[in-house]
Amino acid sequence: MLLSKPKLIRGGVRTDARKHPTSGCPIEPVPLPPRLYVSLAQHIGAPALPQVAVGDSVAQGQLIGAPDAGISAAVHAPTSGTVIAIDHHPAPHPSGLPVQSVVIAPDGHKRWDPNLPKPLTGPVPQLDRETIAERVAAAGIVGMGGAAFPSALKLSTDGSVNTLILNGGECEPYLTCDDRLMRERAAGIIDGARLMAHALGAERIAIGIEDNKPEAIFAMQRAAESLGGGAEVLPVPSLWPQGSEKHLIYSLTGHEVPAGALAADIGLVVHNVGTAYAVHRAIRHGIPLISRPVTVGGGAVREPQNFEAPIGTPFSYLIEQAGGLHCEPARILAGGPMMGQVVPIEAALAKGTNGVIALTAAEIREPAGLPCIRCGRCVEACPMGLMPFEIANRAAADDLDGAAEQGLGDCLSCGSCAYVCPSSRPLVQLFHYARGRRADNAAAKQRAELQKRLAEQRQERQRLAAEAKKRAAAERRKRRAAQKQKEESET
Amino acid sequence: MYAAMLVLTLMAIALGWLLAIAHHYLKGEPDAIEEEVNRALPGTNCGQCGYPGCAAGASMVAAGELPLDFCPPGGRALAEELARITGRPLTYGAQCCGPRLIAKVVDEELCSGCLKCIKVCPTDAIVGAPNQIHGVLPEACSGCTACIDVCPTATLKMVPESVTLANWRWPRPNEVLDHAT
Repeated sequence: MLLSKPKLIRGGVRTDARKHPTSGCPIEPVPLPPRLYVSLAQHIGAPALPQVAVGDSVAQGQLIGAPDAGISAAVHAPTSGTVIAIDHHPAPHPSGLPVQSVVIAPDGHKRWDPNLPKPLTGPVPQLDRETIAERVAAAGIVGMGGAAFPSALKLSTDGSVNTLILNGGECEPYLTCDDRLMRERAAGIIDGARLMAHALGAERIAIGIEDNKPEAIFAMQRAAESLGGGAEVLPVPSLWPQGSEKHLIYSLTGHEVPAGALAADIGLVVHNVGTAYAVHRAIRHGIPLISRPVTVGGGAVREPQNFEAPIGTPFSYLIEQAGGLHCEPARILAGGPMMGQVVPIEAALAKGTNGVIALTAAEIREPAGLPCIRCGRCVEACPMGLMPFEIANRAAADDLDGAAEQGLGDCLSCGSCAYVCPSSRPLVQLFHYARGRRADNAAAKQRAELQKRLAEQRQERQRLAAEAKKRAAAERRKRRAAQKQKEESET
Repeated sequence: MYAAMLVLTLMAIALGWLLAIAHHYLKGEPDAIEEEVNRALPGTNCGQCGYPGCAAGASMVAAGELPLDFCPPGGRALAEELARITGRPLTYGAQCCGPRLIAKVVDEELCSGCLKCIKVCPTDAIVGAPNQIHGVLPEACSGCTACIDVCPTATLKMVPESVTLANWRWPRPNEVLDHAT
């Protein structure tokens, strides 16, 4: 099913990768910050439910947020210390809205929780498949490439998955933490991948790495060989958005994921390399997801670096550890410059944050307020084969159904169109706006239906109550009449 | 006198019979647009539009005497739906943009647990028991303000729905195209 030579994806853009400032920087542990702000809503799905109270002392790796029903993920204490507040703290999200967070004052002892699960040893095929998925869920592992979807849900399938694909694309400019992870901890990643493939019942593992990371490809190939094969490392062309799940699948297998379908529907599951490493740590060392590699970079940062930082470390602290800022940044992003989100600097590291990028004014392009000149460059660049200018025009005219007809639902928001637009129109923002309006309308419709149903039920209840009252009154009258008659006949 | 009574009775019977026949054979088609509008409306008969119920509002909209955004609980989504049904151009008034207003017990200490609001809520959006603090389920609240008027301690107030990560939306980007117009 895998191709011998990766296919070139449709469209895409060759970005200026700007990875050199950090690609030579090993992943260094970051000193503990004075406060950790561990969000309970850092994954897709329902926020975790707090399991600690203010004043509690917590151990490193202790469960502080239990997963809610449905899609959710566990949250653990990144270090030992005291819970000083369970409060609202700005989320690493463009809205900067506050989310419920556990604020921990570290004590510096890094005292491990004695109740952590025992590491599972032994060769991968001898481990129980269910146990792996359970351990991954208990460790609170979510997709570490940015989406933060609970990983255990992508491990418990019915055995219809035949190939596990590891995403080592890292095609976002500036970011190098996955590159460094693959170079430094390749054996762990391969072991994690084999654990996940075993849990899924997948026969093959394919690891796609962009060909601008030759050291990572070499390290991963060597690790895959020394661990006894079963995993293929495949270089893919360096092209944005090669690291998109659908595009990586197309490159490696030649198959397209149908619109509206999931990769699992065609027998594939894609996980990020960082996720594989987190799985390795959770199973082999019993360590939940309490820290992650993150690139701190961008033109405004004095000494860009790769850190292994505890979850909940404030971005301002990370930037400080990277030498601070040498000028006022034009914007601070969580993630890379293509798809990263503008975030407040007070927000804290989440499980899905792979980069903290402070960009100078020279590195960004503000919308110029110029009109579309119909040059068609966005159409050429769109990796999904859409016509971005058509979608954007409809979104700007509030023609939401028209935008959906033009494929708004298939758009990845990868930003290739905006990258090439000579008028620098805010194309992706228009897509976000149209999506938000559609979501609002859907929510309003659902609410209206709920209220209609409630109103009808209430009216029905009142009608029944009135009828019952009438019937009771009639019966009373009848009884009284009967009694009267009886009395009359007696007299 | 009896003759007059007889004539009038006969006339009444004859005319009534004629009317019944006319009603049967000359029945007009029900207004399709009005019915569709009525189906689209929330159906809670909250009275916020100033008409006694959704059916009355629907007939006024179908007749073109009410603007399309006349229904506050329906908001912008409903206004767009009505524009589609009636084929009239949509102009937004002040009430259908911005956050939705919902009822909320703003000061729990003031709530006496009198059940008055629960009795008037058309969508059963308020929960509570006698002498216990009541609460409003935001999703079920249509914003009709019926409860506000009956609250004896004035602790039920209309407040904008709180913005969370789940209902936050991207704003519309500014595309300055002044020179084009």
